[in-house]
Amino acid sequence: MKGVAIVGAGQSIFSRSCGMSVRELSFEAYQEAMAGLNISRKDIDASIICSAPEYDKQRTAAALISEYLELTPAPTFYVESVCSSSSAGLRVAWSLIKSGLHQIVTVIGFQKMSELTSPEAAERMSRGDDIMFGSPLGTSMPAGYAMYARAHMAKYGTTEPDLAAIRVKNSGYGAMNTKATYRKALSLEEILGSDVVCSPLKRYDCCANADGASCIIVASAEKAKKITDKPVWVAGIGMATSELNLSARESLTNLSCVREAARQAYQMAGSGPEDIDVAEVHDCFTIAELMAYEDLGFARPGEGAKLLRDRQTYLGGKIPVNVDGGLLSKGHPIGATGGSQIRTIVKQLRGEAGETQVENARFGLIHNIGGVGTYANITILTR
Amino acid sequence: MGFEKFGMKSFTSDAKVAPFIDHLEQGRIMTTKCRECGKVFFPPKADCPRCLTSNVEWVEINGNGTLLTYTVVNYGPSGFENDTPYILGIAEFEEGVKILGRVSKEINPRDINVGMKIKLVPVKLANGQVIYEMKI
Ligand SMILES: [Zn+2]
Repeated sequence: MKGVAIVGAGQSIFSRSCGMSVRELSFEAYQEAMAGLNISRKDIDASIICSAPEYDKQRTAAALISEYLELTPAPTFYVESVCSSSSAGLRVAWSLIKSGLHQIVTVIGFQKMSELTSPEAAERMSRGDDIMFGSPLGTSMPAGYAMYARAHMAKYGTTEPDLAAIRVKNSGYGAMNTKATYRKALSLEEILGSDVVCSPLKRYDCCANADGASCIIVASAEKAKKITDKPVWVAGIGMATSELNLSARESLTNLSCVREAARQAYQMAGSGPEDIDVAEVHDCFTIAELMAYEDLGFARPGEGAKLLRDRQTYLGGKIPVNVDGGLLSKGHPIGATGGSQIRTIVKQLRGEAGETQVENARFGLIHNIGGVGTYANITILTR
Repeated sequence: MGFEKFGMKSFTSDAKVAPFIDHLEQGRIMTTKCRECGKVFFPPKADCPRCLTSNVEWVEINGNGTLLTYTVVNYGPSGFENDTPYILGIAEFEEGVKILGRVSKEINPRDINVGMKIKLVPVKLANGQVIYEMKI
């Protein structure tokens, strides 16, 4: 089972205006990932560069990042599944290593959203829906998740304060994360009183764009043991896809791609939701974290809000979730987000998470979603 | 030609399913059905990937549906800034398909409930574009 390991993981600071170029952001993440490893850049066989290219000013950035980090002539190429690009990058790295083609692969995710004006970013986001049948009606990411939230409320009695409570939890942990964009604990009243963006979702139910980069170094078992004495093993990976059109989907109260990807990952890891000690879930909107509890099996359908009310997803609970503050606090540099989530779990499994350490964490799970529940990547790591 | 006429802001034009727009202009909401396996699609497809055929026919959606979810959009994407607030909804229809569409601005958001019966009707906008709207 222990075939592929993550030997290093890092991220840049995430912020609204970082004062750095994409290559410099990538270096910051790479520097942290490589720290303390018994390898040099010459040992890296291939690099996978993950971003949503429609938001990049720099075209074909893979070569540029490779040049800046002096990884040439090793192969490099882009992998994209919007917000889950860097988890998809890990999937490709895993396959390259399993196949024997490569031994050590680096996965770098980035996005520099501040290079686009807000209207430019909004224009690209609106084309993320079906441009024939969705976008012409004024659909958007928040509108899509808002419709999931409304359907969940109608079916299960979930309330707006239930959703706001997710931001309360995550903002509290975000305040402790020195690399997060938003480092202020928010009250339930502040969240409920914020502007309604797409009902029932308010400003503070939504994550914000950010600039940032992430980096993970992936290696074969044979190499991993020589590179570090703290390898973290890829126990299970799963990936699945839902229809792009919300109207073509079976359910509007859960994400079917998450259920399928989780099934694959649990099966490969030989584990289940009860075995997971700590999780990072893709809280691009508060409702997304709530549905994740249910789709990952941490709670039964409709009981996600109760899991949080019982404080089971806080530190000290049954399954602490997003103890780094989540996307809601860190900000969401699209291509970098999955790698940042993976970094948090790697630190947890190595016992390096400081004041947010989950005691004796053995299994960690990463839930990274692209689009409005369109692409799901579930990764289970162990030490 | 065809899809440049759909929606408040269109993004593309040519498609084999362009008759969808012609029907809409004539006041009918139509979609496609595979003549071989009988599958009704929405959005309409010109092809059935199950039967590997393009032998599809246009069938009418009568518009009687049940609202599954909705949202009042206060901040719209670019090109929709002057249209806000507007309401998006997804409803399920008697033909077994779900459709995402606008909920009529004539309806007060306070009167909207998940599970309510709606009628999907074609609408021609002032600028000549066509859409469909859910009405009570
Ligand atoms: Zn067919």
